[in-house]
Amino acid sequence: MFVLLKCSPGLCVLRTMLSVKTGTCRFRAALSRYRYRSGETRGNASGSGFEQETEKKCGRLSEEAAIYVHWPYCLRRCSYCNFNKYISRAVSQATMRECLERETETLLHLSQVSRITSVFFGGGTPSLAPPSTIAAVLETAARHAHLPGDAEVTLEVNPTPAGASSLGDFKVAGVNRFSVGVQSLHDEDLRVLGRDHSSQDALRTVAEAQRLCPGRVSVDVIFGRPGQTAGLWETELEELLSVCDDHVSLYQLTLERGTYLFKQVQAGLLGVPEENTMAQMYDSARRILGKRGFLQYEVSNFARNGAVSSHNMNYWKAGQYLGVGPGAHGRFTPREEGRVLREARTQTLEPDVWIKEVQRWGHGTRRRIPLEHLELLEEVLLMGLRLAEGVSHEHWRQFSPDADLQKVLGTSIEVQELQDRGLLVLDDRGLRCSWEGLALLDSLLPPLLLQLQEHGGQKGARG
Amino acid sequence: MSLSLASSLRRVLDLKTYKVQRRQLCSWSVTLVRHKWMRNRPSVCLCNLPRQMSTEGEKEKIDMSRFPVENIRNFSIIAHVDHGKSTLADRLLEMTGAIAKTERNKQVLDKLQVERERGITVKAQTASLFYMYNGQTYLLNLIDTPGHVDFSYEVSRSISACQGVLLIVDANQGIQAQTVANFYLAFEAQLTIIPVLNKIDLKNADPERVASQIEKVFDIPKEDCIRISAKLGTNVDQVLEEIVKRIPPPVARGDEPFKALVFDSTFDHYRGVVTNIALFGGQVSKGDKIMSAHAGKVYEVNEVGILRPEEQPTDRLYGGQVGYLIAGMKEVKEAQIGDTLFHQKHPVEALPGFKPAKAMVFAGMYPVDQSEYSSLRSAVDRLTLNDSSVTVQRDSSHALGAGWRLGFLGLLHMEVFNQRLEQEYNASVIMTVPTVPYKAVFSSAKLIKEHGGEEITIVNPAQFPDRSLVSEYLEPMVLGTIITPDEFIGKIMTLCQGHRGVQKNMVYIDDQRVMMKYLFPLNEVIVDFYDHLKSLSSGYASFDYEDAGYQPADLVKMDILLNGKPVEELAMIVHRDKAYSSGKALCERLKDCIPRQLFEIAVQAAIGSKVMARETIKAYRKNVLAKCYGGDITRKMKLLKKQAEGKKKMRRIGNIEVPKDAFISVLKRKDK
Repeated sequence: MFVLLKCSPGLCVLRTMLSVKTGTCRFRAALSRYRYRSGETRGNASGSGFEQETEKKCGRLSEEAAIYVHWPYCLRRCSYCNFNKYISRAVSQATMRECLERETETLLHLSQVSRITSVFFGGGTPSLAPPSTIAAVLETAARHAHLPGDAEVTLEVNPTPAGASSLGDFKVAGVNRFSVGVQSLHDEDLRVLGRDHSSQDALRTVAEAQRLCPGRVSVDVIFGRPGQTAGLWETELEELLSVCDDHVSLYQLTLERGTYLFKQVQAGLLGVPEENTMAQMYDSARRILGKRGFLQYEVSNFARNGAVSSHNMNYWKAGQYLGVGPGAHGRFTPREEGRVLREARTQTLEPDVWIKEVQRWGHGTRRRIPLEHLELLEEVLLMGLRLAEGVSHEHWRQFSPDADLQKVLGTSIEVQELQDRGLLVLDDRGLRCSWEGLALLDSLLPPLLLQLQEHGGQKGARG
Repeated sequence: MSLSLASSLRRVLDLKTYKVQRRQLCSWSVTLVRHKWMRNRPSVCLCNLPRQMSTEGEKEKIDMSRFPVENIRNFSIIAHVDHGKSTLADRLLEMTGAIAKTERNKQVLDKLQVERERGITVKAQTASLFYMYNGQTYLLNLIDTPGHVDFSYEVSRSISACQGVLLIVDANQGIQAQTVANFYLAFEAQLTIIPVLNKIDLKNADPERVASQIEKVFDIPKEDCIRISAKLGTNVDQVLEEIVKRIPPPVARGDEPFKALVFDSTFDHYRGVVTNIALFGGQVSKGDKIMSAHAGKVYEVNEVGILRPEEQPTDRLYGGQVGYLIAGMKEVKEAQIGDTLFHQKHPVEALPGFKPAKAMVFAGMYPVDQSEYSSLRSAVDRLTLNDSSVTVQRDSSHALGAGWRLGFLGLLHMEVFNQRLEQEYNASVIMTVPTVPYKAVFSSAKLIKEHGGEEITIVNPAQFPDRSLVSEYLEPMVLGTIITPDEFIGKIMTLCQGHRGVQKNMVYIDDQRVMMKYLFPLNEVIVDFYDHLKSLSSGYASFDYEDAGYQPADLVKMDILLNGKPVEELAMIVHRDKAYSSGKALCERLKDCIPRQLFEIAVQAAIGSKVMARETIKAYRKNVLAKCYGGDITRKMKLLKKQAEGKKKMRRIGNIEVPKDAFISVLKRKDK
């Protein structure tokens, strides 16, 4: 124990070892993990050529990051939304801008990221932010890291008449992709959802966005709405596809606790389609989109002409991202502090408190949890399997250089059962869901996570 | 807790009166729970109070030779629940100076918390009273009895030491089902029965009507009824007088050798077994060498005395008297109830013993948390120490872990046991749906030889022999008594038929009340019969039953299959006529508790290869979170990990994952 203490460089590693039960085997396990970790960033641990190769790759992983910027304000509350948002009359635009800039700067510095792969402005309703704020955040980012000119910069847009008219200004500010929250083409349904736009507004906004950024406009639609039938949904989707651009995100309505819609459904005032109908709606949407040339690349995302969202791809591929703004989540290694483990970070939720913290400390990070190696792998699986392409061997190797997918998951009887059932595929390309499996992913993940844990345990025991 | 309590009560007791009882006692029970050291003897403090007040001065021992046989009366009080038995006992104790008159004398003889809460007596207690009548001092031994026929074992124990009983009937409610059952116990023992109409102070009391009922049902002249209010003490002195006048003294002679019946025993951690004895002849004192007829073991008497109701040592006990004896017995088993004690040097012919208690209702009991197994075991051990009528057998289930299969005398007995575990030992348990012991009669001589007998008793469905091996199956029967206002007759008859009841008799006991007798299979009345009866009669009908032997029955073993694989712990024995309805009900319950999986699940109830009922759990067609971006990972991961943890705890049947909760909710008795 004493020897180990002397050579351990970081607190996190220490904690790992202390949590390991006494016994020589366990100690050796901890020691080997420690070597791997230190190699991850410092490249000073002795090891095989394979390990050094890993270091290079992992090094690149923490060299770059995407940035998510959260704009917490909305004009009104949508009946289904449980997001971190605030209906505020008096927003101090100057303060918000300063704080978003300041936090971007702080987190970029903390992460020591040299390259920004994409920026996403989400919310809330970020199209309510002044275009100058968007511009300021982008400029700040570009000052502290390399932001390539062709990097994807997306803005979520609420398709109100006011929103549509400012799209040009946002483009000037640096936005090059719009994600328009159409949600429905039925005005009655928009009312039930509590949206402040009409279907006409939505169509006009999509057209304007397409004019400004052709081929880089996405539309969001919600299905499984109160009173919706499979037939109605198919017609609506066809209609939407005839006016939309090259990217569609479609989401099954999720009734979240605490929302107005949830209460109405609970009280029996509204009825949502039953599970089977929902499944049918999803199924027919996938087929219709496929016929129209849209490729499903993720559970809820479809793209034509290669118009995938590279920002979102980064989440599903377990890349680093910085979360800026109230309640934003991030995943990155704070290398500036000498850390080697990636952290799951959450910013303070309430805008007013967040502002005070940013003004005082330079950031409003409320929670930071170092992700152990196993936890990182769990996230790689959880997110990667949402993609149609799944987790490739090469992708997995970046995170797990010494245990390939076959070794980790291939031995499990249950994983084999899932393959036999035609829901999961593990072959020379990697691990992925089948067409049917993708719709059932949440039932496939628990056995996979269990097997991953078990393998981790065995590895530790073998030392 | 309070829910299950209330529900149990609805099953057994009269709801209205119960509520009052409970409210009076709740503050007391709170104190109890707080003091751990009191758990074993929950009411010791209360029982001691009156004694300290009244007997502080009289330290000197009572000379028991002052009471010749002709001045002794041994009696008990029997009544339907809450007709005032314990209140009358309190008054008798007060009036004879055994306890001081105080507001706190509420059911002094009911020592257990459960007895006070439920207004029932579970454990028989004894008290000796001194009563002056016509210038003579009489020794009246009151042997308190349990108030329910579930405890008829205890009742018959008490009765065998008596020559007479007070049969108490509520002057407002009239004869109830238990009154009838209790009457017959006393009648068959050929005891003198003194009917007492209690609660004449109540506004709606109608002693005249109730006296007629007694005349009609029990053939006792109206004029023999004593009309009292135990609460106010009205005419209670008359009760004492009538005890002396009507009940004959015990038959015993002082010059005979010592001969005593053990009619009860309790265990004391410091002094060992305390036996309650009735002397049928001779005398006994400290230092005597006595022998038990049953075991043939010799003991030296350490202490004898009378119960007032607390133990009060005396030098000697004489023929005809009732008291206690401590003689170095280490285990309750050594003091067999019904055993005869005699002097080592003067053997006597043993008294006829009791039939041993026969468990008629079985239920599995498991700790809610397996880590509490050993503490629960010691609680069960300690409880059974004083209740030899509970049979205990270790059992284990894949779903519920290690536990026991317990046998009880009846449903109330089971409820009371469960409640005592919870209250006195703070244990929380899962009780499974109760079952009854079936029998199978083997068809061939070879099988009879193999099993060492013509019949076997089947407690567990796994032991159920195939139809081809047996000539017939038998199920336990009971003769049920229902007393109800006549407006509910129709509904009650339908209910009884639905429970395979066969009507034996129906008489009007007055112009509005009917007494019906039905022969029921026991398993039909142990689950929810009483609840239904109470609810369809707005609480007015009462029910009780007595053992009626075994009858041939068309029994089958029903398996529960998940995608064709039998689930061992869910198999059950049912009557063929009930196979469909109970199979369907079970399948429906399972369908609700097994989560959807990636494939369709057939839930079937089958007899042999014949499927009786089926439910289908459809496969998941879609199960995936719609939005999962950077901000959703943590929450989603937490959920998935919880599911993954849950998977570890599931029981796999074939490739189906069945949560433990599903078994519990199917096997457990429903909390109504």
